[in-house]
Amino acid sequence: MRLAKPLVALTAAISLIGLAGCGGSDDSSDSKTVKIAYQKFGNFTQADELFQGVKKEFEAANPGTTVELVPIEASQNDYFTKLALMNRSASTAPDLMYEDTFMIKSDVEAGYLAPLDDYLKDWSDWSLYLDAAKQAGKGDDGKTYGVSMGTDTRALWYNKEVFAAAGLPTEWAPKTWDDVLEAARTIKASDPSVIPFNMYSGKPMGEASVMQGFEMLEYGTGGTLYDEASSKWVVGNPDFIDSLGFVNTVFSEGLAPTAEQALDANIGNTVASDWLPNNKLGIALDGSWMGGTWMESGGTPWAKWTDVMGVAPMPTKNGDAPGSVSMSGGWTLAVGAKSKNPELAFKVLTTAMNAKNSLAFTIDNSQIAVRSDVAADPSYTAANPTIKAFTDLVAVTHFRPATSDYAQISNAIQVAMESVMTGQQTPEEAAAAYDKAVIGVVGEENTTSGS
Amino acid sequence: MPLLPAVALLALFMLGPVLWSFYGSFTNAALTGVNAANPDWVGLDNYRKLFADPDFPKAIWLTVVFVFASAVVGQNVLGVLLAMLMRSSQKIIRVVVGTLIVTAWILPEIVAAFAAYAFFSKEGSLNSLLAIVGITGKSWLYATPMLAVILANVWRGTAFSMMVYSAALNDVPPEITEAATVDGAGGYKRLIYITLPMIRRSISTNLMLTTLQTLSVFTLIYVMTAGGPGTNSSTLPILAYQQAFKFAQVGYGTAIATIMLIIGGVFAVIYIRTLKPEVD
Repeated sequence: MRLAKPLVALTAAISLIGLAGCGGSDDSSDSKTVKIAYQKFGNFTQADELFQGVKKEFEAANPGTTVELVPIEASQNDYFTKLALMNRSASTAPDLMYEDTFMIKSDVEAGYLAPLDDYLKDWSDWSLYLDAAKQAGKGDDGKTYGVSMGTDTRALWYNKEVFAAAGLPTEWAPKTWDDVLEAARTIKASDPSVIPFNMYSGKPMGEASVMQGFEMLEYGTGGTLYDEASSKWVVGNPDFIDSLGFVNTVFSEGLAPTAEQALDANIGNTVASDWLPNNKLGIALDGSWMGGTWMESGGTPWAKWTDVMGVAPMPTKNGDAPGSVSMSGGWTLAVGAKSKNPELAFKVLTTAMNAKNSLAFTIDNSQIAVRSDVAADPSYTAANPTIKAFTDLVAVTHFRPATSDYAQISNAIQVAMESVMTGQQTPEEAAAAYDKAVIGVVGEENTTSGS
Repeated sequence: MPLLPAVALLALFMLGPVLWSFYGSFTNAALTGVNAANPDWVGLDNYRKLFADPDFPKAIWLTVVFVFASAVVGQNVLGVLLAMLMRSSQKIIRVVVGTLIVTAWILPEIVAAFAAYAFFSKEGSLNSLLAIVGITGKSWLYATPMLAVILANVWRGTAFSMMVYSAALNDVPPEITEAATVDGAGGYKRLIYITLPMIRRSISTNLMLTTLQTLSVFTLIYVMTAGGPGTNSSTLPILAYQQAFKFAQVGYGTAIATIMLIIGGVFAVIYIRTLKPEVD
């Protein structure tokens, strides 16, 4: 065979290329390049704007350096996955990344993040950060791995025009779950074409269902999902059934979107860009960042939103102290453990988080300020009239259990919500299935009985 | 010697990943957390957990239903029927119908998936068409997710079977068919006793190819229903993706992949045994 020799050579060559790709011996990020990975998806373009600006600013101030932007266009769950996959190999790992506070502990365990303590002690701005924000960037070893870019809280957004049309007060302050349900029933009675109440529920909305939906209920019952003191997950929890009972009530009485609408993965965008601006929805249990979507720089500018939308804290179940409840998360900038030049990466971080950029990002993204200079800036409070209400909720807020199996627990909650909202299971049955799922994920020895 | 390049490429790009995945299914490798840095050998734990998971038998069942209904029955039967009808039709019809069917097949999978989603979704073209004749369609992807993805896969894959069978039918010598006609065999008998046995080898090959391809269909289902509502259309590839990439349990996900490999092998053995392509 005359062809054989060239073919063998070609095969060998291809194999070598393949192996080189796996080995990651060559890569573009030399020590003068800083690669930043961040999320850019749907209405969320604020990080992209920030880093576009940072690239210009940093490259101008530091000739010879390059800032390479890697916007990851993916929904939140997929973003975590893609970021984790990038972090696995030195040739793709970013030098600087937009990192959820809540992934920090498990990503530190995975060896993806570099500790920042040595750099932070020489950075004067670090003293401006609130203690809670510093805490949020820590790994289990007590070292700091992420610099907080802001935090968020969750509450009830309500449309005052819908409220006025239904004869409800436009300054609304529900004291219990029943008050919320009563308002929803009143809206339904006055105009059946309006969706009275929305909470995210079920698997398509993923973590949003759990954090904006279920946990806003569960943590208002006085119960918890995870016992921090004993590091055990709570099963057999009567509060869990109560929370699912609320889900059952809103969906079975038709106070919420239909199960079909609620199980559309795009409902988040629909709520922000259609239902609320067009008076099709009365009350939305949602995040503090909603205002950012409606500002001029946001995905769906809506000039009238400051007049139409009101914010009320989510009450606890029976109005028990402290009266209201919220959940918080937030994002940080973190330096990759595989970075060739972590010092330069940190320098980019300080540019991205300088006073001017921090202020702009906090305002554009409707974040709650974590720096005292940003919080004190008059343009911060002036930019967004709802920011004060959301900032006040920091006093009653809760954080999610940041363990590496949380993603699976969260899925079990989504399944429980979905089977209740579609009427496939009663809250009791769904809670029992959840208990079984939790035991399956973490093992019986890591659970504790709730009662 | 001439086979060496092919074998080397296969080993590198097929066998390598298969072995790696097989090895991975015995570890607790993860995308994040301490197991991402140092995965441990956990023996058969992943498989034990898998067989105890109530979602798993359901996923196997849905996968078998999906493969049987859309590949074995849908694509193959429809493919052979179309191929036979096209033989006896006029050229213009052959060209038009052939083009329409092949269009679905040459679309990239993601485009075909979006098209199918747009067709079946609540405000999609199917319900718009039904509305014209006064029928209010239901939300197909929500109410009958398996039916929707099966029909979509039949639509997408039939062209391949049709082309394979067209070629096979052309190879059936016309003298034999004519002889059967002279002996008094009607159309139905000719099909059962002459045509199908003569294209047996093509049937076997085609069944094998469509089955293995359908077994691994991911994009189509993921785009149309993402495995939902609930787990009502979560076939094994969706389940494996969810475990490996959504819950970051790579080891557990590869265990599911290994099971898929075994199911594919079982189908292949059944085809080879029952259709005996090597016997003439």
